[in-house]
Amino acid sequence: MLNRIFKHISSGFLLNLLFIFFAKAQGSEIEMADGFRANGKIYVVVTTVLIVLIGLLLFLIYLDKKITKLEKLS
Amino acid sequence: MTIPLMLYVVWMGLMGKVPRLPILNETVRNLYFHVPMWFGMIFLFGASVWFSIQYLRTGNLENDTKAGSYVEIGTVFGILGLVTGMLWAKFTWGEYWSNDPKQNASAVGMMIYFGYLLLRGSLGNERDRARISSVYSIFAFSILVPLIYVLPRFTDSLHPGNGGNPGFNPYDQARYMRPVFYPAVLGWTLIGFWIGDLVIRYKTLIFKRLENVK
Repeated sequence: MLNRIFKHISSGFLLNLLFIFFAKAQGSEIEMADGFRANGKIYVVVTTVLIVLIGLLLFLIYLDKKITKLEKLS
Repeated sequence: MTIPLMLYVVWMGLMGKVPRLPILNETVRNLYFHVPMWFGMIFLFGASVWFSIQYLRTGNLENDTKAGSYVEIGTVFGILGLVTGMLWAKFTWGEYWSNDPKQNASAVGMMIYFGYLLLRGSLGNERDRARISSVYSIFAFSILVPLIYVLPRFTDSLHPGNGGNPGFNPYDQARYMRPVFYPAVLGWTLIGFWIGDLVIRYKTLIFKRLENVK
């Protein structure tokens, strides 16, 4: 009798363990490339600053090239 | 003055205190980097209008050179405003381009100014170019301002402060963002005028060279 109860509990326990295991597996982080949405989306701001910097630098390079051409002419 | 101002803006813009809002999260800091692009663009185009009027009044080609140069750098600011806006939109509104009235209006505005640059590039005669592009610049500006600042307010827009759209409004919320926002606008605008000045000096040199050749 005691044995049967024990068996019952243990199988329930095992089932519970299995359940917890699967639940954990489902809840665990799935590796995705969602860095831009993580950390409060700070990387959106970082990229914005980068875009502005790159844009202005490109314009400066374009201007620099034009000035170099002018220097070569004179 | 520009350099310490920008250093302050970048530091405070990234490290300073900002309101914690859903969806926006940390991207609210883009207020210091995306929004000043448009302010800078408007000031640069405004300067262009001023020098266009000066050209039409005085007939001095120097004024036309200034007008053209400020449009060039203003357009760069506008493009940067559009691109950074698209990135910001992707992570807050869900799409790069959601046909928001302000997005569309500013795209049309940029087209108008591309037209200005093409027009300048295609006219050979200096006097013609100066006269026509001066008039174009004045008209373009007087279309751009209602296009970007007035019309989107009549319809529903995702941009804050338009069409009763709930969203953050920097002018009545988050008072502590202002000490960073206003220097940001001033700093970026000064950078625009600085680069614009370089373009003007370059073009003046070219102009003088051409006169010497003649």
